[in-house]
Amino acid sequence: MIRNPRDIQRYNASERANHWVVGICFILLALSGLAFFHPAFFPLTQLFGSPTWTRILHPYIGVVMAVFFLIMTLRFARLNYIAQRDIEWLKRVGEMVNGDDHNMPEQGKYNGGQKMLFWGLVLGMSLITITGVLMWRSWVTVPVGVIRVASVVHAAAAVFMIGLIIMHVYAAIWTKGTIRAMLYGTVTRAWAKQHHRAWYRQVTGDKR
Amino acid sequence: MALQSLDIKRRSATTTPSPQARETLEVAKLIDVSACIGCKACQAACMEWNDIREEVGTNVGVYDNPNDLTAHQWTVMRFDEVETDDGGLEWLIRKDGCMHCEDPGCLKACPSPGAIIQYSNGIVDFHEENCIGCGYCITGCPFNVPRISKQDGKAYKCTLCSDRVAVGQAPACAKVCPTGAIQFGSKEKMKEYAETRITDLKERGYDNAGLYDPAGVGGTHVMYVLHHADKPALYHNLPKDPTISPTVSLWKGITKPLAMAALGAAALGSLFHYVMKGPNEVSKELEDEMEREDERLRALEKENAK
Ligand code: HEM
Ligand code: SF4
Ligand code: SF4
Ligand code: SF4
Repeated sequence: MIRNPRDIQRYNASERANHWVVGICFILLALSGLAFFHPAFFPLTQLFGSPTWTRILHPYIGVVMAVFFLIMTLRFARLNYIAQRDIEWLKRVGEMVNGDDHNMPEQGKYNGGQKMLFWGLVLGMSLITITGVLMWRSWVTVPVGVIRVASVVHAAAAVFMIGLIIMHVYAAIWTKGTIRAMLYGTVTRAWAKQHHRAWYRQVTGDKR
Repeated sequence: MALQSLDIKRRSATTTPSPQARETLEVAKLIDVSACIGCKACQAACMEWNDIREEVGTNVGVYDNPNDLTAHQWTVMRFDEVETDDGGLEWLIRKDGCMHCEDPGCLKACPSPGAIIQYSNGIVDFHEENCIGCGYCITGCPFNVPRISKQDGKAYKCTLCSDRVAVGQAPACAKVCPTGAIQFGSKEKMKEYAETRITDLKERGYDNAGLYDPAGVGGTHVMYVLHHADKPALYHNLPKDPTISPTVSLWKGITKPLAMAALGAAALGSLFHYVMKGPNEVSKELEDEMEREDERLRALEKENAK
């Protein structure tokens, strides 16, 4: 949909599809994983057919997610290198959270928080994928000491990442006009100028 | 094996107490390693009573047959040839299988409600109809006992013949042992009986004879009389001081509710942040600026079209 031809493209269709494959897999993995994590969540197994189906499906969904996350990482890694202005931004993130972004240093395509999220997820995904494979008894046999450590790390990485994703989703809801970037790819010029001014200048050539 | 008629003390993945008003007698199986001749009658009896058969495998050069516990072989005689200090040879034979721990690591690790239960008589039993085949019980067990079946993906192990015990019978393996090396009764009685055996062994020169009832797992409902209780590792690596691994306790302990509280706080915190601070909207100023720009360009376009 083209509402205003002057809107700016932030993600192309392939990037959006890639993101949603990872997102859907993540939600399925979090729901199925939490079912094993604590008895309070065990009823979530009913979403996947049965408790046994949940156990069978979880690691396969994990493999799909790992592959698509790797592709996404390769796509976005360069845009997430940490620069001086990101550190400035992170130091003053309190003002942002407080709802006052007027004096925040200007940001490129991603701000310091988004970059931290990106690298946090890269770390979490690496840990969770490796440990998940080590725990996968249908295919993999490793000494029990390794499985024990893998189980703790897998659960910890899951909690870490679910926490990050709660923040990620909330930030998208909180910052109005953001979700459309991942739904149909564009953002308004006003949005870009307010939240990512350096990127706005770069893509529009607007010097102000 | 399900036998609901026995009172249940503990149930896997269950956070509220199980019915436990009724107290039943704690039972135990006592395996007197010093009296075992390695005839494997117990192994055969276990297969008979439970109607399980492992496929014929290959001989790997030891008497253990099959050479490991499997989903179809809940007990295996482990043979160890040990050289003594004075250059002699000892043949140590231990009947391996579930120890029916008072504090069972398998039950602690299991994520599926009611897949593992502990009866008030101490027997730890798997209810395979609730088992999802994740193998966490293997991760949690300090004795490497449960096995996942290749046939149905469920976990199996010795039931301590819970079905026989429930109707006042001794386990099949205890019933069939020709030398009386496997005894069954109340845990109290079994400890008393073990004392007489240990006294006897000490008189015969086994100064370190003793009872294996490891405190690290709260004691077990399968106990051994060992001639070398100071060195249980001689008996096919029987752990000296088994406990639920600290890694497993960390995984299954207080960290879980704490982690859930943290995630709940993150979700609720987000909601309240929105409610209290309001959304982060694009400023009216910038929107108007873009609007003016839009209009200027539209006017320009019209101008050009003329
Ligand atoms: C390549 C990726 C992954 C693989 C191969 C994998 C594999 C596994 C396996 C084998 C288990 C044991 C249960 C079962 O057999 O199904 C498990 C448990 C679990 N997984 Fe994953 N997983 C992956 C990704 C994820 C992700 C992304 C999350 C969270 C968002 C997650 C959360 C969990 C949780 C919470 C548990 C339960 C841990 C516990 O019992 O404490 N997993 N995973
Ligand atoms: S020996 Fe292993 S399987 Fe048996 S009760 Fe103890 S922890 Fe569970
Ligand atoms: S394999 Fe079955 S019995 Fe073992 S932990 Fe998983 S659900 Fe419980
Ligand atoms: S107690 Fe029963 S199930 Fe366990 S080894 Fe003996 S015969 Fe087999």
